[in-house]
Amino acid sequence: MSVLEVEHLSVRFDTPRGALQAVSDVSFTLEEERTLGLVGESGAGKSVTALALLRLLPTSARVETGSARFEGLELLALGERELRRLRGRRIALLRQDPLCALDPLSTIGRQLGEVLVTHLALRRRQARQRCARALAEVGLPDSERHLDRYPHELSGAERQRVLLAMALLCDPRVLVVDEPSSALDVTLQAQMLDLIERLQERHGTAVLLLTRDLGLAARACQRVLVMYAGRVVEEAPAEALFAGPLHPYTRGLIESLPRFDAPPGQPLRPIPGVAPDPLVPLAGCAFAPRCALAGAHCRAEVPPLEPWRRGEAGLGLSIASERRAACFEKARIALPSSAGKGPRA
Amino acid sequence: MTAPWLDVRALRVEFPAGSAPHAPALRAVDGVSFALERGGALGLAGESGCGKSTVARALVGLAQPRSGSIRLEGVELAAQAAHRPAAARRRLQIVFPDGPSSLDPRQTVGQILEEPLVLHRKGNRRERLARAVALLDAVGLDAGQLERYPHEFSADQRQRIAIARALALEPELLVLDEPARGLDSSVRAQLVQLLVQLREHFGLALLLTTQDLALVHVLCEDVALMCLGQVCEYGSCSEVFGAPRHPYTQGLLAAVPLPDPSAARRRARAILSGEVPTPAAPPTGCRFHPRCPVREQVPGERCAREEPRLVCAPTTQATQVACHLYAALTPPR
Repeated sequence: MSVLEVEHLSVRFDTPRGALQAVSDVSFTLEEERTLGLVGESGAGKSVTALALLRLLPTSARVETGSARFEGLELLALGERELRRLRGRRIALLRQDPLCALDPLSTIGRQLGEVLVTHLALRRRQARQRCARALAEVGLPDSERHLDRYPHELSGAERQRVLLAMALLCDPRVLVVDEPSSALDVTLQAQMLDLIERLQERHGTAVLLLTRDLGLAARACQRVLVMYAGRVVEEAPAEALFAGPLHPYTRGLIESLPRFDAPPGQPLRPIPGVAPDPLVPLAGCAFAPRCALAGAHCRAEVPPLEPWRRGEAGLGLSIASERRAACFEKARIALPSSAGKGPRA
Repeated sequence: MTAPWLDVRALRVEFPAGSAPHAPALRAVDGVSFALERGGALGLAGESGCGKSTVARALVGLAQPRSGSIRLEGVELAAQAAHRPAAARRRLQIVFPDGPSSLDPRQTVGQILEEPLVLHRKGNRRERLARAVALLDAVGLDAGQLERYPHEFSADQRQRIAIARALALEPELLVLDEPARGLDSSVRAQLVQLLVQLREHFGLALLLTTQDLALVHVLCEDVALMCLGQVCEYGSCSEVFGAPRHPYTQGLLAAVPLPDPSAARRRARAILSGEVPTPAAPPTGCRFHPRCPVREQVPGERCAREEPRLVCAPTTQATQVACHLYAALTPPR
């Protein structure tokens, strides 16, 4: 069942150097108990997309077009009071930096309790009990003791768990997870992902995972949207995406990752060039300057995000109907002979 | 048997911990030994706080070892960079992880690249300028950038500048401390390819510290895994990654996200549970035992009581592992 439907979202920033188109025409649907990955490098627009949904964009940003429907409400048209009732209760955000996200001057119990007192009008004592349970659920045993501690008394991993407990306190329908990879050790990151997945199964939460790590998306998501320069360039079930990407950018990203199943000494294949300057408007496909397949057509016109129909280049029926890619040359990319196929173990 | 080109033995680095007068020292590196041949590449990998960066800094004389030795071609190097002869300093150069502190914000790229040449009295002004241009070219930037300042560059370009600066004195060993941390994957791959090419071109030896085991696999022949200041597995990448023996290595490998969903789902997940203990109060016995999934297989709580020694793994003399599971094997050398 779909929980959140985003359609044609476009966001632009007014900067001293001119207008910056951060997000263009992004659409997706978030399903209950599923994890959707927004994958892209810095500047791709994934965080701006998420912040737009939560209405947490800075004042220099303007949502130009689009709609975001959640439980019959239009998020983009809600007033501040309704938003406050929603944020943290029905839609929660898990930030990447646990030190900034916690108040250094109040105890864990107080900060967690505040959420329940505000949203669910619980009394202090009830709130405390429930916070203790929430901490136990995210794998912080001895939770009574943790409630009376201050953030600086916890390790980075413990703080991360506290934030997760806080995000899940009111049992939200949607959890937005912003870049869980950057500040964490790989081992802690794996633990966090497992934890989120377990809690998701128990509570039926829909998760929107923002990351620039394709490997992370492969592990955690059922469905993945790849973003480049503010646009969705490809959308597919995770398996299909990694088995046979349809967009040259996705293929480039997959090929540029160092991997263990490649023979030692095999060179990486980086994507040449750098991401375009978002202040300089481009006529055609934003990836064209870095793309080996780009022709005159690609430089003149933005390729639409089209469904990849079955029958074209003989892709399997079941996956074919669920894939979309924004590339004029997708038929050439999908050819099975391409060197970009990930080796199948 | 001749001594290796670079021979690090029983390196131990301590930092004062806490302000109390008799506070016990924090042992960041506790008896680390490894060897590197001329032109070879070794990856030091482990979680944050395992001491890998401290080893890197000790190599170039920026962290003072309490004991142990660092020998280059059989010659002992002084603990402090300032006490090393200029000729020895020149041979080992370090690239720091990108950050606000890695490049002087008030120097132009040209000044940054010429500074090591000035300090080592290499060439006149014209020669130094030519050298700076050649260095920029070697790392894929063009000469037009010489007059620009660090803040005008992206993170990966700054990392290229740092690499160019380290190459200015034609070193023989490049110490790379987390060179690709925080970079996007497409530019990270470009940087990795650059390092591969530079290594071939200049015949550089590399010492890489990173958390990214896949990066070690691409850049290095050998790998040493560190856990709380000690090496727990050490050998060639193909051996160690192909058949990891230490449960810590197995856990780290399982935690690496693979860009392949079917493989990722098949694989055991998050083997390593629990917290990384702090190096200020390391566990008794094996450093890894509180998190070890297989410590029950060793009888008599031995893992909690006794530190395992590095022993040679069964199939080869090259791989060493420090785990009581393999205690019956012979110690190396």
